[in-house]
Amino acid sequence: RICVITLAEAHPLLQSGKTIKSINYQISANCSRLQNKVSGKSKRGAQFLTELAPLCRISSSDGEEYTIYSCIRGRLIEVNENILSNPAILQEKPSTEGYIAVVLPKFEESKSVTQGLLTQKEYREVLLKRLNSSS
Amino acid sequence: MSSLTEKDRPIVQLLLNTGTCPRCILRFCCVGSQMLYRHPYKDLMKDLKEFLKNNQEKEDTVCFDVVDPPCKRIRLEQTEEGTDDLNHNGALQQIPSVNDGNTAMENSAVKVCNVCLGILQEFCEADFVKKVCQKVNSADYQFTSFVFSVSLPPQLSVRERAAWLLVKQEMRNLGLSLAKDDIVQLKEAYKWIIHPQLSEELGVPADGKSLFEVSVVFAHPETDEECHFLATACPDCFKRAKNKQSVFTRMAVIKALEKIKEDDFLKHFPCPPSLPKNLCVAVEIQCNNGAVFVAGRYNKYSRNLPQTPWIIDGERKLESSVEELISEHLMAEFKADSFNFSSSGREDVDVRTLGNGRPFAIELVNPRRIHFTAEEMKRLQQTINNSSDKIQVRDLQLVTRSAIGRMKEGEEEKTKTYSALIWTDKAIQKEDIAFLDDIKELKLDQKTPLRVLHRRPLAVRCRIIHTMKSEYIDEHHFRLHLKTQAGTYIKEFVHGDFGRTKPNIGSLLNRTADILELDVESVDVDWPPTLDN
Repeated sequence: RICVITLAEAHPLLQSGKTIKSINYQISANCSRLQNKVSGKSKRGAQFLTELAPLCRISSSDGEEYTIYSCIRGRLIEVNENILSNPAILQEKPSTEGYIAVVLPKFEESKSVTQGLLTQKEYREVLLKRLNSSS
Repeated sequence: MSSLTEKDRPIVQLLLNTGTCPRCILRFCCVGSQMLYRHPYKDLMKDLKEFLKNNQEKEDTVCFDVVDPPCKRIRLEQTEEGTDDLNHNGALQQIPSVNDGNTAMENSAVKVCNVCLGILQEFCEADFVKKVCQKVNSADYQFTSFVFSVSLPPQLSVRERAAWLLVKQEMRNLGLSLAKDDIVQLKEAYKWIIHPQLSEELGVPADGKSLFEVSVVFAHPETDEECHFLATACPDCFKRAKNKQSVFTRMAVIKALEKIKEDDFLKHFPCPPSLPKNLCVAVEIQCNNGAVFVAGRYNKYSRNLPQTPWIIDGERKLESSVEELISEHLMAEFKADSFNFSSSGREDVDVRTLGNGRPFAIELVNPRRIHFTAEEMKRLQQTINNSSDKIQVRDLQLVTRSAIGRMKEGEEEKTKTYSALIWTDKAIQKEDIAFLDDIKELKLDQKTPLRVLHRRPLAVRCRIIHTMKSEYIDEHHFRLHLKTQAGTYIKEFVHGDFGRTKPNIGSLLNRTADILELDVESVDVDWPPTLDN
């Protein structure tokens, strides 16, 4: 099952007042997500991601840097290069054209990956709890 | 046309003594007259022995004169011989011992030939022919000719080689030579004898190109291990093939026999070949008809029907499919074992196929019935169309296998036209979409759509939208007719697929667009030929 990684609704970068300065897919000296190459149906050669694998680092104009993590296990199929040339779409259309990456989990892990995620409703409840506890 | 002459005498004697049947003897004497092999077994045996007795005869007064009708010969011999058991229906029976010296053949049932293991004996007889024809008739096939294919156990090649070496040696002693290619092949002689009989029983001619195949597999388990020595002598000929029961296939054995040296062969295999205890057995008698192909064009009117059965983990996700709805009736009429459905491209479950429909072809495997008139095909088409309102077929006809190629070329090369119902988030006016009509040959770059990415390689496809025609509906809807290159993903062109198809309707209109409905209006392939129904 194909997965598309995007910024969550509540992500700081999507709150008003934030402007994106730069997006960097070079996450370490040896690893750039831009160099990811896959071939064939089984997507051989893909960089394998674990939950905490960084996808990219985004710097905002106010000096903050945010690391975007994969959050799921699987093969990295592609990263969105459109946001490099047009960072605005990341904030304008975070759930469609502003996606971060496409990941394909292992067939056997497909169910467990899905079960580890929150539904829209559950996410809203988490946000609500967060809001209530902080106020 | 050759018959037995003086120089054949020692060979005949030798082979007869070592347990070879009359027909194999004729083969090794390079007798090419088909008719001779068809003579009844006992007559041949008798004539051979007669031939051996006539030591003082000159060359022209030969026993095996083909011009003489066999019955005349028998009567002549009868008066000379005296008593003899003549069984009128040609069945094998007791034969008297050869009375010419040291080798005495036992006065019992016919010995199984040490070269053909009974193929040119028992299996040429009317009883076996009847057995085969019974099988054919009960299988209830429709056919106008037949091809008879025989599978012989590999050890026959080994025994043939041994017999040839034996004869070659004898000929050398006489200052003569015998080339392997001059010997009549066992399969050939067998077919000379059995084809006319089968043809007569079945009422149709034998034809090498026939699509109806009657096949018999013979086995001789008693001697199966005789080939094994070849594996040690020529190990590279015998590779362990997957899913094959035995490594000793006919081809492998023949290859090894070509490679092995004469002396090596003689070291490992008895020459002359040993006398077998039993006949071969006909392990399998099977019938098979060549596949027939039915082509046509189908329309799909349901938005809930997959083209092929949709089954995940053994569970059917959606009821039925285009291919099942069409093939069900064809399978019943043609009485085939199975089918293979293919079409010139395909559409999604939720997409209708309108207009002239999409070309398809169905291969019916091993059909019992193969002849259908145009009328019958029309009726079959009607039956299919009456059985479901989800699909309809037209131009249903029988085609050749080569026709499939034409259909597939349509898939890659020809254009298709579509009609899409499009929704936009921001309001639109007629003027906002009018410009689409003027865009010609629009080039698209489409990354593999996310919805198929799990089973397709990641790639970028360049496709062309040739023409577009818009139909305004309301502020958030319009219909778009497009003519595109084969292989274009229409849905992705409309919604943009996360920006991975560029340009897309959304980017062209500067809005967010999505597709509500899609129909295939035409598949521009002019095959199969249109019939006037």
